[in-house]
Amino acid sequence: MLIVAFVSFSLFNFVGDPINNMVGEETSDEERSQLRESLGLNDPVHIQFSRFIVNASQGEFGISYQLRRPVSELITERLPATIELVLISALIALVSGTLLGVYTGINRKGFLSDAILAISLLGVSLPTFVIGILFIYLFAVILGVLPSFGRGEVVDLGFWSTGFLTITGLKAIILPSVTLSLFQMTYIIRLVRAEMMEILQTDYIKFAKARGLSEKSIYYKHALKNGLIPVITIAGINIGTLIAFSIITETVFQWPGMGFLFIQAVQFVDIPIMSAYLFFIAFVFVMINFIVDILYYFIDPRIRVKAEAASG
Amino acid sequence: MSFLKINNLSVDYKMRRETVHAAKNINIEVSKGEILGLVGESGSGKSTVGNAIINLIDEPGKVSNGTIHLGDINIQEDPENIIKYRGKKIGLIFQDPQTSLNPIFTIGEQLIETIQTHLKLDADQAKSKAINLLKEVGIKDAEKRFNNYPHQFSGGMRQRVVISLALCCEPELLIADEPTTALDVSIQSQILELIKKLTRERNLAVILITHDMGVIAETTDRVAVMKNGKLVEIGLTKEILTQPKETYTKSLVSSVPPTNKKISRFIIVEKENQLIKNTNIKILNRWTKKEITKQDLVEVKNLYKSFDDNFFSDDSKNIVMAVNDVSFNIMEGESFGLVGESGSGKSTIAKMIVNLFKPSEGDIYFDKTCITKINDNREMMKFRKQIQMIFQDPYSSLNGRLKVEDIIAEPIKLHNPSIKNIDLKNYIFDLLESVELSANSATRYPHEFSGGQRQRISIARALATQPRLLVCDEPTSALDVSIQAQILNLLKDLQEQLNLTILFISHDLPVVRQMCNKIGVLKNGKLCEISNSEELFENPKHEYTKELLRLMPKIETIYN
Repeated sequence: MLIVAFVSFSLFNFVGDPINNMVGEETSDEERSQLRESLGLNDPVHIQFSRFIVNASQGEFGISYQLRRPVSELITERLPATIELVLISALIALVSGTLLGVYTGINRKGFLSDAILAISLLGVSLPTFVIGILFIYLFAVILGVLPSFGRGEVVDLGFWSTGFLTITGLKAIILPSVTLSLFQMTYIIRLVRAEMMEILQTDYIKFAKARGLSEKSIYYKHALKNGLIPVITIAGINIGTLIAFSIITETVFQWPGMGFLFIQAVQFVDIPIMSAYLFFIAFVFVMINFIVDILYYFIDPRIRVKAEAASG
Repeated sequence: MSFLKINNLSVDYKMRRETVHAAKNINIEVSKGEILGLVGESGSGKSTVGNAIINLIDEPGKVSNGTIHLGDINIQEDPENIIKYRGKKIGLIFQDPQTSLNPIFTIGEQLIETIQTHLKLDADQAKSKAINLLKEVGIKDAEKRFNNYPHQFSGGMRQRVVISLALCCEPELLIADEPTTALDVSIQSQILELIKKLTRERNLAVILITHDMGVIAETTDRVAVMKNGKLVEIGLTKEILTQPKETYTKSLVSSVPPTNKKISRFIIVEKENQLIKNTNIKILNRWTKKEITKQDLVEVKNLYKSFDDNFFSDDSKNIVMAVNDVSFNIMEGESFGLVGESGSGKSTIAKMIVNLFKPSEGDIYFDKTCITKINDNREMMKFRKQIQMIFQDPYSSLNGRLKVEDIIAEPIKLHNPSIKNIDLKNYIFDLLESVELSANSATRYPHEFSGGQRQRISIARALATQPRLLVCDEPTSALDVSIQAQILNLLKDLQEQLNLTILFISHDLPVVRQMCNKIGVLKNGKLCEISNSEELFENPKHEYTKELLRLMPKIETIYN
């Protein structure tokens, strides 16, 4: 986290002079240096850095150059949209990815498995924005069933504005979330499939078969639970990637989330927003990895026992 | 009246180019209360028969012909129905208890699930039945261990759990596929006793698949010998082992190292007519032969090695003493055997002698020089050249991406960088010839060879530097008996002609008896007893040695 903090801090110092971006053409040098002083830009680097860290840990990232509003406010405004989008697409990717992965892993030679794998190849090879545009064309332009941009109506819950509670909101989230999940889904399909195929060869599956357990139990209980261990690792990392990918998806669908905010910020060299975004992404990554580690503890008894032995 | 009747069973594997007949017209009958041994070398189709009974043959294998009757039911008739018999009528035990239990469920969960699949019991009844079963197979504290995960059990205990799982729905037929191969001798005898006891008490019909003739001799009532998918001979164990009719059975029996006497060479029946009685070792001409000095070549003095489990703490309970105060000497030209069960530290000692590990304390002297104190790499090179090692697993100890000639050339070039190409080629050919491989094997890759041939390549590679000491770490335990006999013969010949000193490490007592003059017995890192090998077998001093000798499966029991 500290390293990321440093990188995002250095954005301020190396990517142009913030004052130049803030003030107009005809501001005098005097006024400039006054502003500089009041913003604390003349202090030594380490003092600036520690101030940055302290502020950042309290959720303060300064004021957006472009919109002249506190970054923290902008982010809390945009955060729900992105979180909802990423959650839904992560859910789609995980659930359908696992199901399809198990199916293709078990029925290795079926026509349907081949079809799923072939289509999933498209998911990897086509860039997200192409898929997004295709979807918009198909569902919004030709069929006209789903909206092509925006979030629809949102309900404000005070701290959170959600699109889940209105029909237009729900409709609006389908296209972007499916688009976003497609890439991850293919990934998970292939991973689960490979895991399942490997696990179905192991002795304990053979032994379970020899004991006459039902196929359902063997596939979905014995094999899948073992197969999910590596999937969780990858999925954890991938949720982070989803957020990163959401920049493109949000742009394509004009989704008013953080990625969209970021793109706009890049266009206007709005450094406080960029650094806050960077900070936020890093934070999410760290949290997700932390959660994954905790999940391991519950899923894999081998780790649980080690942990108990270490503490006891 | 036989309980299991296998009639004319054939199993085919359809490959792209050819059909492999894994089993061909097999006829076997087993009665209740009887243990039938199924022996054969790897690839003989013995496991295929076991799997065919329970219809667990992997694709693309298929039962192409024959019937299998269990009592009056033809279970082959409707393969979809076999699931009803699996577990319920037929129990199956696999070789490796480490891998046959699902690691993420407690043994209790696995037992209850199996019981409830077949018997109409509620959760409590299933649990009490499971606990009784665990007690029956000899697991102490069954109530507590019920909630343990497989990795919390030792290998022997796991195999007991596996047996309890196989038996939990009271099957009438038990198929045990190499149930003790992965276990130590002492555990092996316990598991075999358990199988015998259960057979008696539950009136089971048992098929015991194994390659170990000693196990066959001690456990089975009748035995079926298989080769290349065909049944060679079937009959009472005693008759088959004492008066084998078929040549193959004869050769199989004769290649088993006897436990009660030392023989000079293994008789290899199949190769009787060929002229490889004594290997012509061309390499001799190149060998700067060392005179047998009758002096100690290797001296190991108060050797300790500890492995610290936890890098961050000095907690002494985490420290595993792999080798604990071990001292012994090996005379030049002698074969010294180190025996012990897994975890006894025998491989660790070997690795310290070849300087792959540094000892925690103590010294190793080679030819009067302390090699554990050498820090200079170039200095060490001189000794590495004289000490070579042969590893257990011939599959992983050869680099699969190099040709055989490159594998053997590597050590030669390392120690003699100026060697000319033509000399190198000839040298490699001579080496290959001395391990009885043809010259054209030089340009092939390791995967084209069988396990025994690969081990020969390993030996050739070890000989390439003209070592004085050859450290063999379980060189034959991955091989079939007949191949083992050939490799052991080869090692003996090489030793005799090249005056090699051998440190031979094995868990297999009969093999060590055939190979070594002197034997050290290791237990938990400590040396229990060192004595001359005949002395050790005839008149063991230490309790542990006596125990090991008592427990080792003896093929000779059949003669009494």
